[in-house]
Amino acid sequence: MARARDFSVTELPGATLVSMLVFVALYAPILVLIVYSFNAGESVAVWGGLSLDWYRAAWANDQVKEATWVSLKVATGAAVLSTALATMAALGTTRRPAFRGQTFVYVMINQPLMVPEIVTAVALLLVTAAIKKATGYTGLGYLIVAHAAFCIPFAYLPIRARLEGMDLTLETAAADLYASRWQTFRRVTLPLLMPGILAGAMLAFVTSLDDVVITEFIKSPGQDTLPTYMLGQLRRAMKPDVNAISTLLLALTLVLLSAFFLLTRKRK
Amino acid sequence: MSPAEEAVRRENIKSAWQLSAPALLVLTVAAVGPLLIVLVYSFLTPGTHGNVEWVFSLEGWRGVLFDHDIFEDKLVLADGNLTIFWRSVKLSFITTVLTFIVGFPTAWFIATRSPASRAGWLFLITIPFWTNLLIRTFAINQIIRNEGVLNTLLLKAGLVSAPLQLTYTDTALLIGMVYVYLPLMVLPLFATIDRFDMRLLEAGYDLYASRWQVLRRVILPIIRPGIVAGSILVFVPCLGAYVTPRILGGGKNMMIGNFIELQFGQGKNWPLGAALSVTLLVIVTIALLVYVKAISGERKNG
Repeated sequence: MARARDFSVTELPGATLVSMLVFVALYAPILVLIVYSFNAGESVAVWGGLSLDWYRAAWANDQVKEATWVSLKVATGAAVLSTALATMAALGTTRRPAFRGQTFVYVMINQPLMVPEIVTAVALLLVTAAIKKATGYTGLGYLIVAHAAFCIPFAYLPIRARLEGMDLTLETAAADLYASRWQTFRRVTLPLLMPGILAGAMLAFVTSLDDVVITEFIKSPGQDTLPTYMLGQLRRAMKPDVNAISTLLLALTLVLLSAFFLLTRKRK
Repeated sequence: MSPAEEAVRRENIKSAWQLSAPALLVLTVAAVGPLLIVLVYSFLTPGTHGNVEWVFSLEGWRGVLFDHDIFEDKLVLADGNLTIFWRSVKLSFITTVLTFIVGFPTAWFIATRSPASRAGWLFLITIPFWTNLLIRTFAINQIIRNEGVLNTLLLKAGLVSAPLQLTYTDTALLIGMVYVYLPLMVLPLFATIDRFDMRLLEAGYDLYASRWQVLRRVILPIIRPGIVAGSILVFVPCLGAYVTPRILGGGKNMMIGNFIELQFGQGKNWPLGAALSVTLLVIVTIALLVYVKAISGERKNG
């Protein structure tokens, strides 16, 4: 595209410099956080040598262990539930003629992306407080269903994208060979759709794992997840074991994201 | 349409709804339905220990804008509330502008790389997008707080004689919000620049346009949908932000999100909190409508 050596039409003066600074600014704080999680000293500003003290401290802390379990249980439950619902909804809204009410279905599915999280959190607080009072149930069910709801759009997107890239030829062939609807789904559609479903489940899992605000509002006592535990710690002095937990969460997110990109990568 | 075709069509529609129904049910129970309950609660009377009494009252809504002056028994404008609203809108707006100023060159840079390296640069923007907001807020806080990395470096380099006092200031909050919401600006900008026909630039330069004229008259008008999308994606979550102002703004520099939370915590005024939530939702809806209008206007003109 460059016409002459000294003048490239696509070059905007300063764009390269600004974007390099942006990438440095985006990653430097995260790298500092990771590095200081291995710091030997009490401080998060003075380097006192390499150590795993803060990981040991986090590991020995029962509250952290408990919060990790709650986080994993809620994220797993929410990911499974939202992915199942999103898969069904995606099958219902793709590869068929447009129907009345389709826009309504899209708006409903994407609704959690449009409403500020704090408003949803307040709304769920009112509802769960009333249900808790009426039924006495204070289990993890509230968190799982609430997380599943806001994870649905994230699970739906990759599944729908995958479905739109699949034509109906194979399903028609299966039906021509006297496969029942269920057999066609089980043996043809589902295996082809699987990468999309797994990708959707991963996004849902990451989204649930990240949530702070909604969880903070509707959790019952003793139901801290890792993010709400960390937020609670901030009321006191900042402690480096939060860095260690953050680093582990970051690593988990990165692993899931890499898996997501491998699953959705277009084959050449 | 033959009766057989009609039957197939009906069957199709029926299965579409049956398959969507479970998702719609969960969304109704745990996302849309509760919003209606908020509206109902905003018209009730606060209970003494939080929660509500089921007695109709407009006090919650009155409290959004007015204070009750107990000495003179009259209503006065609630300056504190208005300040919080104004600060939220102002900070969200400035954040949106700042993310555009640094996000546009970044998106342009990524979109003009070779196809092979483009995916890599894009992945670098996507990672922070999916990284826990709380962790990113911690990370930036460790850099900018009074005894943080930035001040340590500045002091060592002799650039400042005393540490910059950024903790719990609006500046700290702005830096934090630009940091956490920047990917939301870069991604939609990249999507529109990626579709931009670079030959238009050659045409512009061939007609002796300056770089500035090409930017003003060619690039910016064509990528406008991306600018609008990015601005909405940054502005809306900024306005409802809770975590970032709580950590970086401290107790004093509240935004609407924190003020709402206060009503359900120490404030013990659930109807006021509900009314404030509805107000925030209305502001966000207006912003979204502006967005839809801008996009559809774009289609008509383009």
